[in-house]
Amino acid sequence: MNQHVTAEIGDPVVIDPTRSQDVVRLVDLKRRFGATAALDGVSLNVKKGEILGIIGRSGAGKSTLIRCLNGLERPDSGEVFIEGSEIGRLGERELQPLRRRIGMVFQHFNLLSAKTVEENVALPLKIEGRPRAERMTRAAELLQLVGLSEKAKAYPASLSGGQKQRVGIARALAARPALLLSDEATSALDPETTRSILALLKDINSRLGLTILLITHEMEVIRSIADRVAVIDAGRIVEEGAVWQVFANPKSEITRSLLGGIRPQLPPEIASRLAKGEGAETILRIDVAGEAARGPLFSELSANVPGPFRLVHGGIDHVQQQPVGTLFVAVPGADAAHLAAVIAFLKDRGARVEVLGHVADPV
Amino acid sequence: MSPILFELLLRSIWETVLMTGASGIISLVFGLPLGLALVATDRGGIAESLWLNRILGAIINGFRSVPFIILLVALIPVTRLIVGTSIGTWAAIVPLSIAATPYYARIAEVSLREVDHGLIEAARAMGGNRWTIIREVLVPEALPGIVAGFTVTLVTLVGASAMAGAIGAGGLGDLAIRYGYQRFETSVMVAVVIVLIVLVCGIQWIGDRLVARLDHR
Repeated sequence: MNQHVTAEIGDPVVIDPTRSQDVVRLVDLKRRFGATAALDGVSLNVKKGEILGIIGRSGAGKSTLIRCLNGLERPDSGEVFIEGSEIGRLGERELQPLRRRIGMVFQHFNLLSAKTVEENVALPLKIEGRPRAERMTRAAELLQLVGLSEKAKAYPASLSGGQKQRVGIARALAARPALLLSDEATSALDPETTRSILALLKDINSRLGLTILLITHEMEVIRSIADRVAVIDAGRIVEEGAVWQVFANPKSEITRSLLGGIRPQLPPEIASRLAKGEGAETILRIDVAGEAARGPLFSELSANVPGPFRLVHGGIDHVQQQPVGTLFVAVPGADAAHLAAVIAFLKDRGARVEVLGHVADPV
Repeated sequence: MSPILFELLLRSIWETVLMTGASGIISLVFGLPLGLALVATDRGGIAESLWLNRILGAIINGFRSVPFIILLVALIPVTRLIVGTSIGTWAAIVPLSIAATPYYARIAEVSLREVDHGLIEAARAMGGNRWTIIREVLVPEALPGIVAGFTVTLVTLVGASAMAGAIGAGGLGDLAIRYGYQRFETSVMVAVVIVLIVLVCGIQWIGDRLVARLDHR
């Protein structure tokens, strides 16, 4: 304990080998707009090759955060390290070569209407001053990667939303960036197109080993492709971890509320009848994940704790190949010892159990 | 219409085309950069400089608020300095250009301002500098509006050039006043009006066609 404190205060030059793997490192980033703090002390690392998802409600500071990474927004204080070098003190001109190492995908695509699809994709290379032949070869290569080769000569106005975003992604990859920033890239798209765009991003991540930092307000996006998630609220990171762990055991209220839409919830007709005290049945909420969810939990429960119980609602999701389940179970309420035994057994098997209340009549 | 009058008509057409064309090109060359400067120096622009923006705006407003007929006379010393004379077609091109440049700058400004800010941000995120943003984003994206605005400016110049007869510049307006009105040559008046209608319609038609070809939005 004492040693830990000494290391923290006494020696600021700690060389941590894991840190060299970080493409992005943010240290205590702060940014105010008038009276509101868009960023209120954000520290975050993005490891090479991972997909980090940052989720928050609108106005939580996500956009400000992602814009600090390529200097489109300047923090009031704190440090931004990109591939180990601090960019906060760089001027606009010095930022320009750095931005070429960072690709960015936008919610509203931001394609130039006066340029053809291939010219749009080739634009980052034109900015770099590459010769035309090289630009066109690279654009053709990327359009093939995103499956839009036949649209090379078309203008963006003739494309669908999903196609526009594919062009946006191809353009972001043109200069072979070390990091891809995705600013709500799927928020303007329908669910099916969203899935195909997310699959493309995942494919790019695994095929090219590209590090991706994405911001979103949809947990579905995080579930589909992120390795790690950071939850931001009122300019602070309130929770951070592997996606399946955060799904299995959300610690903050905001995370629970963001998960609300895609995780099982107690049906309202049961929730409205819940009461304190005695009732015909007790409703339990059981959260299981990982190893605990892989075993034959319920058959073991019946074998070890004889007596009735009923599954009312719930399901098991698979997040990052890990089972994450939330189950609502009704246990007859007359026998307090039986109920206690059920809870004890489930807890013993690694599940989290919460007594939600009682219902007078069986539901 | 007598052959002499017909020859006068042809000469006047040429003078009007010359005055409109030359001052149009000059207003494009100076007005577009001025419009860019207005947008770039404004709040949130790519080269924000509010005091410069205010000074530019004030100068432009100043020129635009002077009626053209007064500008024509007031600028005589300047015209003499540039062209060497204050009389004739070339002399009229100076005040016409000086009147049309701020007019066109304002029209170009409106088109440039309409370019989606997200596109500018995208270019910045790609590592583009100001010049890149102007060349690859602002001007190409605003081009349909820039061309449409130039068409409007040319048509306005056709009208304004009619007043240039006041300093002996000739042109269709001058012909209509001196022969059609003062000497009761109704045929000249009718001919001038028809030529002006054809001229204006032609400019507008070419402009519209060009805009349609350039607009991919």
